[in-house]
Parts: sequence; structure tokens; C-alpha cells
Amino acid sequence: MSAAARVVGVDVGGTFTDLFLFDAASRTFRTAKVPSNRGDEAVGFLNGLRQLGAVADLGSVVHGTTVGTNALLERKGAKVGLITTRGFRDVIEMRRRDRLRTWGLWGDFVPVVDRDFRLEVEERTLADGTIRQPVDPAAVRDAVRQLLAQGAEALAIVFINAYANPANEEAALAAAREAWPGDTISCSSQILPEIREFERSSTTALNAYLQPVVGSYLGKLDAALQGEGFAGRFHIVQSNGGVMSTESARRLPVRTALSGPAAGVIAAAAIATEAGFPDVVTGDLGGTSFDVSLVVGGETALAAQTTIDFGLVIRTPMIEITTIGAGGGSIARVDAGGLLQVGPESAGSRPGPVCYAQGNTRPTLTDANVVLGRINAERPIGGGLARLDVEAARAAILEHVGRPLGLDAMAAAEAILRVANGHMASAIRLVSIERGHDPARFAAVPFGGGGALHAGALIREVGLKAALLPRFPGINSALGCVIADIRHDQVRTVNLSLEGIDAPALDRLMVSEAAAVRAVVADAGLPVERIDTVFALDMHYAGQTHTVSVPLPVEARDGTTGVTAAVIREAFETAYQASFSRLLDGVPARIVNLRTAAIGRRPRFDLSTLAPEPGATLEGARRGTRPVWFGDAWHETAILSRLDLPVGAVVPGPAILEQPDATTVVDPGLAARVDRLGNMIIESAAFRDGSAA
Amino acid sequence: MTPDPVTPDPVTLAILKGRLEGIADEMDATLFRSAFNPIIAEAKDACHGLYHAETGETLVQGTSGLPIFVGAMAFAVKAVIDKVARDSDLRPGDTFLFNDPYEGGTHLNDFRLVRPIYRQGALFCWMASVGHWLDVGGNVPGGYNPKATESYQEGFRIPPVRLIRDGVMNRDLVDILAANSRVPTSNWGDLNGQLNALDLGERRLAALIDEHGEALVQGAFDAFSARAEALMRASIAGLPDGTYAFEDVLDNDGITDETLTIALDLTIRGEEMVLDFSRSSPAAQGPVSISRATTIAGCYVALKHVFTEVPANAGCLRPIRFVVPDGTLLGAGAPHPMAGYTETVLRLVGVIFGALAKADPARATAAPFGTINALSMAGHRADGSRWVMFSFFGGGLGGNPESDGLNHANNPISTATIPPVEILEAAYPVMFTQWALRPDSAGIGAHRGGLGAVYEIEALVPASVSLLGERGKVAPFGVGGGGPAACNRFSWETAEGRQFPPMVSKITDIRLEAGRRVRLETPGGGGWGDPAARDPAAAARDRRLGYVTGAAE
Repeated sequence: MSAAARVVGVDVGGTFTDLFLFDAASRTFRTAKVPSNRGDEAVGFLNGLRQLGAVADLGSVVHGTTVGTNALLERKGAKVGLITTRGFRDVIEMRRRDRLRTWGLWGDFVPVVDRDFRLEVEERTLADGTIRQPVDPAAVRDAVRQLLAQGAEALAIVFINAYANPANEEAALAAAREAWPGDTISCSSQILPEIREFERSSTTALNAYLQPVVGSYLGKLDAALQGEGFAGRFHIVQSNGGVMSTESARRLPVRTALSGPAAGVIAAAAIATEAGFPDVVTGDLGGTSFDVSLVVGGETALAAQTTIDFGLVIRTPMIEITTIGAGGGSIARVDAGGLLQVGPESAGSRPGPVCYAQGNTRPTLTDANVVLGRINAERPIGGGLARLDVEAARAAILEHVGRPLGLDAMAAAEAILRVANGHMASAIRLVSIERGHDPARFAAVPFGGGGALHAGALIREVGLKAALLPRFPGINSALGCVIADIRHDQVRTVNLSLEGIDAPALDRLMVSEAAAVRAVVADAGLPVERIDTVFALDMHYAGQTHTVSVPLPVEARDGTTGVTAAVIREAFETAYQASFSRLLDGVPARIVNLRTAAIGRRPRFDLSTLAPEPGATLEGARRGTRPVWFGDAWHETAILSRLDLPVGAVVPGPAILEQPDATTVVDPGLAARVDRLGNMIIESAAFRDGSAA
Repeated sequence: MTPDPVTPDPVTLAILKGRLEGIADEMDATLFRSAFNPIIAEAKDACHGLYHAETGETLVQGTSGLPIFVGAMAFAVKAVIDKVARDSDLRPGDTFLFNDPYEGGTHLNDFRLVRPIYRQGALFCWMASVGHWLDVGGNVPGGYNPKATESYQEGFRIPPVRLIRDGVMNRDLVDILAANSRVPTSNWGDLNGQLNALDLGERRLAALIDEHGEALVQGAFDAFSARAEALMRASIAGLPDGTYAFEDVLDNDGITDETLTIALDLTIRGEEMVLDFSRSSPAAQGPVSISRATTIAGCYVALKHVFTEVPANAGCLRPIRFVVPDGTLLGAGAPHPMAGYTETVLRLVGVIFGALAKADPARATAAPFGTINALSMAGHRADGSRWVMFSFFGGGLGGNPESDGLNHANNPISTATIPPVEILEAAYPVMFTQWALRPDSAGIGAHRGGLGAVYEIEALVPASVSLLGERGKVAPFGVGGGGPAACNRFSWETAEGRQFPPMVSKITDIRLEAGRRVRLETPGGGGWGDPAARDPAAAARDRRLGYVTGAAE
């Protein structure tokens, strides 16, 4: 059947919706870009799909969504009612007793569940799992009715120590279902059976907060797809970079918080690995921020939790994305102490940089790039503006940066660029060198609107091996949707001492957890080549509160994992030594959590599908020259149309490579070459000549 | 010899600033992750930085270090500099260790490791690490002995001594440390965590200097100081000239139930500031006196909360003169006990906020809750093993021009997060019966204060309980017409009924029977501005959410 072979990735961003269709039967792809429809994203979604042909002919649709992210950031989730243990209704408001910033005491916090929507019931479980007081189902039903009467649209149930024994929560959930209409109930022991009541409460409450929003969005899309005769599978990308079914997404919407960015990282990892760069740092340069992720051996790094905004904590494995406040819109200024600062204050995309001529008069990083000739002022990317106002940008840079520092406009623009490059380099150092990796092994994979402008500086400042620019950086996230594996993660707090551990009991738990996560992946219904199960333990020395993640080199097979105390100890000591220089002999080790993940490996996507057509020539790609400022002088610089370059073409710097959704700068001393997949590899010209010889 | 400093261009300077702060941050993160005791790992009671080779002045601090240590560390490094000047035997590969509060500030629980960094055979700078160890002996587990009248009752005191020579650790010293603590394994783990941090910082700094050269990095240090000084001068110059007086009190010193005064005359003259504490009480008998080093560190914290742009290095203190007479509450020496230094520093921070509110009402911040409430519960489990649960508790921040005060925050001198109930219950034989906001605990105002909290804890086995708190008599103040918050209140259950401490907010060694509870109700923050000017919608919301009940206390 040919329909099953047609899969579409859809990435709905703030401005544009990008689509990538891959037809496995004919090994061809198509892309589409349509305006997003903020508020009713389903409209743009369907418009985009129709551009790619009959929706009924599609086998599956995989979606990276920011609906959940936006609802969190804009505080547009549901009215949530919370039922919790007597004495603890304020846990989500009290947080971990932190404050907004280290220095400065102003600012306030409003939790996502109002205090009068948080009701307490008598019940108590102790830390060892003993039920000290059973829950009264009638009291839970009363609380549910009261919350309904107050207008609650979603329900969360969080009891203290439910990670140790979920019996009271499960009894409360059963009682709540009798009184609550629909399925928008989030129960903490099902969302996150992990110790730490604030993180579990926050994650559970945010899940409830998103359930109606994400549920109705997916419902609308489902209905629209069916209306078009679509009979295939519809899936969502999770924050962990894996795909899940829409049923799972409705149950666990909190796991979609970083859906869009995660898909982008997945695509970058796949492309780079295929191109021979399994170790990369991805960098997405947007208007206000630079988002960095680490990929080692082709695998993305996962973080255990993230903070969406002050006090809004989500604890669920997600692709580790480190964000710094340096983007194209970052404002440059000289502070009262005479230091040049770029960001974190940003002009965003509205009013945007000075050169957009939309009312901002303070210079930004983009203004510096325009003044230096690195961005083509006559043909701005993105399509919104006819041309950029170079003169206004130059005047702003001179006034706000040049005069205070005693520099002319060009030197000031170069200074802004260097400081911003320094910030980006720091972010890359943070995720690479500071995690014990040698940057000389890594390549940068910039994507997003402006990343490729700074690739050369990142190579130089961090000592990276190269930069790799995917052929279609603008559709990276949509491509990631098509490539991403299916994944389900589960955590369980076990609190075991390694000394005298009952390994067979842990083995039984691992086998049952593995079966549960594999079932979720199998039920997703997408074709997979195989399902891998991976185990990791969160461990520490008894007395420590932080843990290290300890990957276990075992698999569940024939009803056992074969795990032993010796296997665990060796894995722990290896992981501990990698993080810290000193092992602590004689101090007993403990296992806090068991983490189990099932990964359904999708059939390999052949990236050579994206390669340039034969017949192109280097000369055919030339678009003349223009002056561009490098270091301290203008250089007449070759301009080339990037997508018209043939495989194997080599472009020595200085050069500018233009394409509709990105501009790539090849600095003097560097050279760019087109690999067999159509990627652009930028590396030291000397190195390239040496390797070619 | 180290070459003469070369001043970096503005761009390189900005880049070096990020790199160097990154090194200190990474040292902090390394210790947080590898520390044993939750006061470092969760409460982040630690700090790292780079210090001047000759003066010990702060060159670079991270952004994540405990604020009070940021100000105090320079004194700790200076103490080591004085020591090696006496002995004249400093060598590469040395690392010093000490906890002497009279030399380095703060209190005995704070262990400092100080390491010289050599380049080309010459001392280039110092690196230091400080972290709060769980127990250093003394009469009360955890060290917060409200009845101490000499530091000997608070724990053991180590002057600056060499822990490591030529890269080899002195095991004899480690054995002495272990023999004097109730929790030697925890201290050993923390010590290793601090060494991890120093090792890492040293490697990172070496790589940075290799890249940029000694002269340029040294030039950057000088430029950072100059910039901090310029920013602080500009900030002071923005305040009207004049002298602004403010004072506040501590409940008592735990020995005699009499209030102690912290009085400030703050003078602004052009771009210079004088902080004169001469009118403050004499040093106390109980553990609430602080050293001059701690006082200056506390002033630094307060000013940095007001002038947030001024960077954390020595330059920012140059335009400020401190008048702290010896023998006063804020200028005490050995052997005055200092375990409760936090309470005095918190009052000091509030007093500076109060005086600055008079100078610049538009930027005024009302008083934060102002006590750490160091509560220890200890005993023996059913299996005979010893347990010590020790934690600090939260309260409300003050109302301010921008917003209501934050509910249930940490103290201005700290960035500590509170350990989760579930972690505490898994580790110790206790059960929390309440963990909630405290209604009516915040000062009223156009912007009210943040709410304090109620914590109620049941002992599951017999326990000995001690508390070192404050704000039991005089509540956190409001500014600009805002009202005061509620006072701190502690109580416990006995067969005879509910008991309250004779010393208001300090008590040692209560015998709590299994099944009985202690209850701690913490202050909120003071209010900002005229309560009559509060937005009616905000006032209605306060009542709907139960922040304000209208019930008389």
C-alpha cells in the first residue's frame, strides 16, 4: 500500500508552519511553508497538508507542537482543581522556597492553580509506604463536586509520599472518576512516581493545566484530518525527542512542552551522524535566545527536568536544551561601568532590530550583521520586509556603542558581533567542555534564522572541528518529526541500599517496567524495526541528595535482565568517576530511582534523498560579489546561491552563501564544501587542503 | 615573574568576564552535585571565587554562590595570606583549610579551602571554596547552640592550616576532623566535593590563561575592579546627599531576654557612602555577635540587592567607608560565640533597606521575614542509629514598588532551596502534619508583604529539639506607610499542653515525646505604601485566596 509509505512531519512555529513529506516508496520528498494561524493553529496545519497533495493519501502525520509551550508561557491553560493531603495544599505555591533571582528581591509568583481551587482531604502515607490513614472516597467525591461547582476544568490529585505507595491516590482517583465528567484527571503517581513533592505536584498540576488545551487542539486536528479522509496514524513529538501517540499526548500533555525544539535537535543529530559527525553541538539562534544541545555518538542528551518560568517546574525526561539570552534581537549597550553588553534584553521580532524600521532605536546583533554587510539588506530572509535600513542601524550602533567606547561605527559593529559570539561560545563550552568533552571532536550544527552567520566564530572560539549546515535549516524541525523514533520513559522511586540488595526483586521490577513501557511504544502503531529497552538508575552515596544517572548495561530478555549487585556497583563507579574526580571508598551506595525507556526504532530515513540534483555547477551558483567587513577591513566577498551548489563544490572564505531561509558566512581562513548529502561543511581552509592532499 | 598587566580591549574584557564567572559557577555546580549534606547540596550554602594574590580581595565571583559568602570570602583569603606571610613557606600544591570565624567571617560550620594558583613560578591569584558542614561538634547537633557563651561550646575551631602539601593530603588532619564531628562521613564527603571544585577550577583557569596569557588576564582583573567601583559610585551618586538613620532590634542573645540594637547612620556625600554602626549594642554574651568581616559582607549583600547591576568584586566597596567599633555586636572578636550570625546579618540587611528607603522612597523595599529559624531534631532510631535533622525555614519578602512581596522565599543572604518534605521523611523518623502558607502573616500596604509559612512536625520516635530563630518580638517593618508583618512563633506539645520558649524564638534541647508535634509559624514580609491605595481587586483576591482572613490573631 503506497499510502502507508507517505509520512508528513509538521512543525507549527510562531510565524510559519513547516511541512516535510517523505514518500518511502518513491524515495522522494516535498516541503511546504505556510503562515501559522496563531490561536487556531489547526487552520495553518490543514492548509499546509493540502499543499502536499490529498490528505487521504497520507500514511501518517507526525507533529511537533508549541501549543503546550505557548499555553504555559502565556498562562492560558485550564482552570485546575487540586485535591491533596490535609496540610499540604500550598506545596505548589511555596515551591522549594526559592526566589526569582539571586540579586534583587522584587517580583511575585502566581501558581497555575488558585489557592481556593486546592482542597485537602484526610489521608496519609508514610515514607516507607505504610498507609497511616486511608482516604475516604466520599470526601474525595465531595471535593470533586465542590471544585466542579467552582468551575474547575481539569483535576489533579497529589498525595504526600504517593511515590512510595500509590494506594491512597488510586483510591482517590477511582472515587474522583465517579464524580468528575470526562478524563481530564491527572494523578501524581501515574504522571511521575518519583520522590519530591513539589516537583511531582508541579508536573502533575501543569499536566492538568494543559490537558484541556492540548486535548481540544488534538481533537480539532483529528476531526479535520478525518474530514479530509485521512485514515492513517497521527502522532506527536515529545520533549524527549521521541514520538508518542495522540492518546498518550492527551494523557500526558506535559511531555509535549519542548516538542518543537526537540524535533529540531533530532533532525540535526541524524543529519550530522549520517554526514560523519556523530558528536555535535546544535545551536538554534532565534530572535531572543540561543538554544544549545549536545549530541554524543549520535545520541541526544536528556535532562531530568526543566523550569518553564519561575516556579513552573516540569520533571520528565526531555532533550537537554541550554538557553542563553543572545539572539538576533539582543540589544547592545554600554553600561555605567563602561562594559559592552549584548542581551539579555531583546527587541524580539516586534519591534525588532533598528534596521526593521518598526520603532526600535537601540542597536541589536542583527543590526551589527547588517552594517557589516553579512546580511543582505536588499533581500531579507523570512519574507516579511522588502529591505533593511542599514543607515538607521549604523547610526544606532554609533550612538549607543561607538561613541561611549570611542569607536567608529564599523569597529563598534564588529565589537557587538564579537561579544555576541563570545556568549554563544560560552553556551557551547557549557554543554561540551564543562561536561568533560573535547571540543576538537565536535562540530557545530547551527540552525534557526541566524545560526549560520556565526558558524565560523564558533569554530574559532571554542576550537570546534567544523560546522555543519543542513541543506534545509528552515525545515529542520519538520524533518525531525519524520526521523524521530518512538519513545516512552517511566521513572519509579525505589530507595534501595546497594549493600545487601535483593537483586532478584529489582530484576522483577525492571522486567515489569520494561513490559509496560514497551507496550506503550508498541501501541503507538507506527512501523518500527525493533524496540530497545534501556535502564538507568539514579544513584548516590548514602547521605548525598543529588544523584548521578547510571546507565545499566543490561537488557530484559526471557523474563530477566540478569542484573546483579556487582553489575550495578561497577556501573555506578564508572558514572560517578566520570562526573567527579573522587570515589568515596567505604561509603555505602544507594539507588533512588529506576528509569526505564522503550525506544521503537523507526526504519532508517535515507538522507541522501535531500542531496542536490546532479547537473549543478559552482559557476552556476555564483551571484556576484559585495563588500563585507571582516575583522578591521572591507573584503570584496563572493556571493553564492547555496542550493545551486553541486556536491563536492568547495568555496573558500570569505564568501556568503544565500538561500531563502538562511544566510551562511564563510569567514576568511575557512572554507565550505558541499558533502554528498547536500550539507555544507565549514572548516579551516588549511585543514581542508591538508586532508585533500 | 608575572608580566605587567595589559588592559584588554572592551570586547575581550566582556568575553573574559563571561569565561571567568563561568569558572566560578562551574565550581559551585560541582560542589552542589557532589556534596553530602543537604545544606550544601540543596540549600547551596557554598561559594567559590578568585582572589587577589597580595590583598586577597575578590577578583571574580560566580553568579550562583551564597550571597553572604560572596562578601566574606576576601577576608578568608586574607587570613591565609597573613598566615603564609608569618611562616613564609607557601608552595605550589598547597591547599589550606580553616573555619575560624574571627579571621574569615561567618561561623564555625563554614569550612574554607584556600589554594594558591601559580603561573611561571609566581603566585598569580588564589582560589577558594567555602561550604557549610553539617556538624562540627559542640553542645548542639548542627552547631546552632542558642545557649553558647563561648565559641568552644559551638564546635571545634581550626585556624588556617595546610590540608594539602605538594598535592598530598594530610591524613592526620582528616582524622582529627573526623573525630570531632557527629557526622564524619558527611563532612568527608563535603570536603571531597570542595576539593573536586578546586581541582576543576584550577584546570579551567590554567586553560584560560594558556589561551590569553597572564598579562591580559591580570589586566582584566584590574578592569573588573575599576568597573565595579565606577558602577557603585554612579549608584551612590544617584541618591540625595544627607544622613539617614535607621535601627531595628534582635529579640535577645539567648542568654538574657533583652533586645539588642543594630543602629545605622548612613551618609551619602556625592559618590561616596559611610555606613556608621557606632550606635549599635555592645557584643552579646550569646551567639549573635558577628565579626567585622561578616558585617562588611552583610552590607555588601544589602547594597547588591538594591544596586543589582554592580558586579561582585572588591571594587564596589572602595567608595564605601565602614565604621564598626571593636567590641560591638557587629565588631566582635574571640571567643564570642557566632553560630547565630545569620540573624544579626539579616537584621543588618533590613536596617540598610530601612535607611535607603528614607534616602530614596521610590526604590524602597520593606523588610523581609528576617530569620533563618535553624531547627534541629535529633535522637535515635528504633535500631539504635543516631539521626540529626537540621534545616532552615522560609518566610515572606517585603512589598516593593514593583510587586507584592514573594510568598515563602529564602533569605536575602542565601539562595537556599528547602529540602522536600518527602526527602526529610525518607531520611528521618518524622512526619510533617502541615506545610502551608500562614494567613495574615504579611504586612499590609499598597503592595503587601509576602506570606510566611506554618510548618508542623510530628516526631515518630522521641526527639531532642533546638531552635535558633528571631523576630519573635518586633515584626519585619513596612515602608512608605505599609504595615509590619506578623512575628515569628514557635511552640511544642507536651502532656501539659502547648509550650512556648522562654527566650521567644530560641530554645535548646526540648524533649519531644513520640507522637508530639512542634509548630513553627514564620513571619511574612513588611508592606509597601499606603494600604488604602491597594487595588480593590487585589484586596478582594487576598480574601478569596485566604491570604488575609480578617480574623484577629
